[in-house]
Amino acid sequence: MQVSVYRYNPDVDDKPRMRDMSIELPEGQDLMVLDLLERLKEQDPSLSYRRSCREGVCGSDGINMNGLNGLACITPVSQVAKRGKLALRPLPGLPVIRDLVVDMGQFFDQFEKVRPYLINETPPPAQERLQSPEQRAELDGLYECILCGCCSTACPSFWWNPDKFVGPAGLLQAYRFLADSRDTAGDERLRDLEDPFSVFRCRGIMNCVNVCPKGLNPTRAIGKIRGLLVKQGT
Amino acid sequence: MVTQVTSLARSGLADFLIQRLSAVVLALYTLCLLSFFAANDGLDHVQLAAFFGSASMRAFSVLAVLSTAAHGWIGLWTVGTDYLRPHYFGAQAAVFRMVFQVGCGLLLFIYVWWGIRLFWMLPGPA
Repeated sequence: MQVSVYRYNPDVDDKPRMRDMSIELPEGQDLMVLDLLERLKEQDPSLSYRRSCREGVCGSDGINMNGLNGLACITPVSQVAKRGKLALRPLPGLPVIRDLVVDMGQFFDQFEKVRPYLINETPPPAQERLQSPEQRAELDGLYECILCGCCSTACPSFWWNPDKFVGPAGLLQAYRFLADSRDTAGDERLRDLEDPFSVFRCRGIMNCVNVCPKGLNPTRAIGKIRGLLVKQGT
Repeated sequence: MVTQVTSLARSGLADFLIQRLSAVVLALYTLCLLSFFAANDGLDHVQLAAFFGSASMRAFSVLAVLSTAAHGWIGLWTVGTDYLRPHYFGAQAAVFRMVFQVGCGLLLFIYVWWGIRLFWMLPGPA
């Protein structure tokens, strides 16, 4: 199999390049892309990428595989390879540190902006703040995000305004706390998102939905935030 | 909160609502024109002047001109802030964006001035 890998070491290279490597795949087995990377690293130990849990939980190994963002550890080679060829690139739009490793600073700066934690100034009860099963169900499809960055780095609005547009991952978390019955800072959260960039720069092209390895729907969450903003503003 | 002095309302929500409301106005205006032209074959100047010169059509046309300008400004402002950035234009990006926005603003102003003048100067129905 022919694998073309993005290589860039800023200490040595003037500019990035794609390096073609060939690898024999075992018969009758469908490897994950992360397994493929491990084998490529055996060939060339200087190849750099992030990985940790290797089971789609930690969100470390988000990369771009034949043009589609995803987690290398849970993406079968057969799903992304085309005619025996596979191009592996870092997540688009973020500064590359080395090879497939990107600087996630901008991504986490935006995540931090939405204050992704429960805010409740009322005195805490003796044990815990309770929710009804219905209130808890409101958080389904929101809390599962693993912050791999696949969605935000597939979003042209985030590529163009990474310093202003919160991006799908951050907005999914923003709605996760807006929808939480225990949170009391809803109005304040909405005020912080009301400007022309933070939420409204989303053009609804749904790249985020297309690539989310957890099957989440940030576009729907963004639509609900817009709905809340309209309700608050009218 | 990200602030931008050059957006229409300096509020994403207001821009969002203006863009959608203006789109509805333009869709209704288009439907109105299409149904008029579909229902009337072989129109002459007198009939057209009577149609566009009626008080309701004058008001609707001016509203459509204003909607086009508001819709256009928000859209073009978005395009400018998306594409005219240092990533593509280097240190001069802010200058390019300013020139682009001033140019768009000027064109839309001329369009509104000309549109209102045109529809207001039409002779009324005989």
